Amino acid sequence: MKYAFETAGESRSFPNGDAFLNGAVGRDQADVVIYSGPRLAPDPRKTVILIELGEECLGDHIDDDNPAHANVLGFARYRNGDDPPSRLIELVRHPKASEAAIAAARDLFAAAGLEVSLCNDQVGRIINRLVVPKYNAALRFLDEGLATQADMDLTCKLGLGYPDGPIERVVRGGLAPYYQVSKGLFEAFGTSAFAPPRRARIAFKQATTGTAPAER
Amino acid sequence: MTRAIKTVGVCGAGGTMGAGIALVAARAGFKTISFDMSEGALDKAAKQSADFLDKSVSRGKLSGDGRNAIVAAMSRTTSIDGLRDCDLVIEAVFEDLSIKRDLLGRLDDACAEDAIFASNTSTLSITEIASGSKHPERVVGMHFCLPAQLMKLIEMSPGILTSEATFRTAWQWTEACGQMPVKTQDKPGFILNALLVPFNNDAIRAVEAGVATPADIDRAIKAGLGYKMGPLELLDLIGLDTQVRLCEAFYPITLDPRAATPPLLRRMVAAGLLGRKSGRGFFDYQGNAMFGA
Ligand SMILES: NC(=O)c1ccc[n+]([C@@H]2O[C@H](COP(=O)([O-])OP(=O)(O)OC[C@H]3O[C@@H](n4cnc5c(N)ncnc54)[C@H](O)[C@@H]3O)[C@@H](O)[C@H]2O)c1
Repeated sequence: MKYAFETAGESRSFPNGDAFLNGAVGRDQADVVIYSGPRLAPDPRKTVILIELGEECLGDHIDDDNPAHANVLGFARYRNGDDPPSRLIELVRHPKASEAAIAAARDLFAAAGLEVSLCNDQVGRIINRLVVPKYNAALRFLDEGLATQADMDLTCKLGLGYPDGPIERVVRGGLAPYYQVSKGLFEAFGTSAFAPPRRARIAFKQATTGTAPAER
Repeated sequence: MTRAIKTVGVCGAGGTMGAGIALVAARAGFKTISFDMSEGALDKAAKQSADFLDKSVSRGKLSGDGRNAIVAAMSRTTSIDGLRDCDLVIEAVFEDLSIKRDLLGRLDDACAEDAIFASNTSTLSITEIASGSKHPERVVGMHFCLPAQLMKLIEMSPGILTSEATFRTAWQWTEACGQMPVKTQDKPGFILNALLVPFNNDAIRAVEAGVATPADIDRAIKAGLGYKMGPLELLDLIGLDTQVRLCEAFYPITLDPRAATPPLLRRMVAAGLLGRKSGRGFFDYQGNAMFGA
């Protein structure tokens, strides 16, 4: 399947140098058009049009009721903050998305060696919706003195077989970007589980004001 | 070690956890006494332990002599007085505060003045369990993971009145067994279950909210986070009825909305969809079809 990649700056899913970018062709020859930044130009002749999403929803870009958007889907390759992209593509559909478009998107990403999980257009998609409350709880437990960071991370690795512990993971990906993810979910859902944790809030403040805590 | 531990008693040793804990102790060279109120349960556990050890020998992980030494170190009793000579007694009886408190009171009478008592509780408070003993300073939390004979992690928790010497001795004993202890406060679910139970509930709520199918959610978690199992597959393995019991233990004490039983979970249990053990949960173990798909 031939795909075109329309970017306005670096894609978070396929950063500069990613082999996937090398396979792109011109828009006219492509069956699939991937948008990473530029404004969508609907084209019902294409098999599927994919819009790369950040934390926003697919509905922020399209009109579900417009038949010209039936072949438009959203996607994001999951990344833990600043970590390199994972193998997971969260493929986002809307209620009137065509099955042919979904099948084509699955084939495209599978051919690139990626795993695809299809989800509906909800805030946080699958991963962030599930991990943010857990990471927030772990950061709160740390503040409350339940255990040390090392013991909490070790518990998850030994007891649950996770490749890394929740706190080391959030810290590695960056507490400041994590703050924004958590804040976005908190605004959408309004439940305390998503409220940005103290450590992330401080890290974000430090990153945006450029000051260390002692200087404030 | 403050108190030399030579003989270890395991209460509820006919059960899933107790049988594994007895193996951990005996394997490390401690004289191990398995105690259970059910003779049949002890018989069954002895057979399972023998099978486990035989398998370890056939896989080359244990020598024949090693196996025989472990078996020789293990004995069993249905009388609590049989625990008289134990320096450390680990309880893994039913997860019921009154049963555990009552057991500790009886252990006070049966065991030496300075014996240490450890509880393998998953959801109860160590301090509340210790209140069943006249010597709460000698009671400590020692939470093994399933299967105990294979999993290295132990969450060690002092109750409010646990003495430092008790905690240290129990900690050193776990290390002598080749386990990896971590220290946690005496809080509901310690670390592991405090993180896992609400996370699994969140996955159930995501299914209920129509975010994605169970298969898509599990695939995302495995590919995105590198977990070996997705949360819904794991729930099917744990048993959906067990998850309800965990929620019912945690929610009333934490009032954490994430720990409350998700309505879909209740409906599935009511429908007899308990996971692997009933042949169907979030996944179908006969046809491999997905629930709700
Ligand atoms: N199953 C798990 O995954 C798991 C993991 C970690 C901790 N735990 C904890 O371990 C403990 C035991 O759980 P389990 O799953 O092994 O239970 P189980 O039902 O398999 O075994 C309990 C055993 O205790 C015996 N028993 C009950 N009351 C007794 C008493 N008063 N005196 C003597 N024997 C008695 C029973 O006959 C039974 O053999 C619980 O506190 C549980 O929360 C369980």
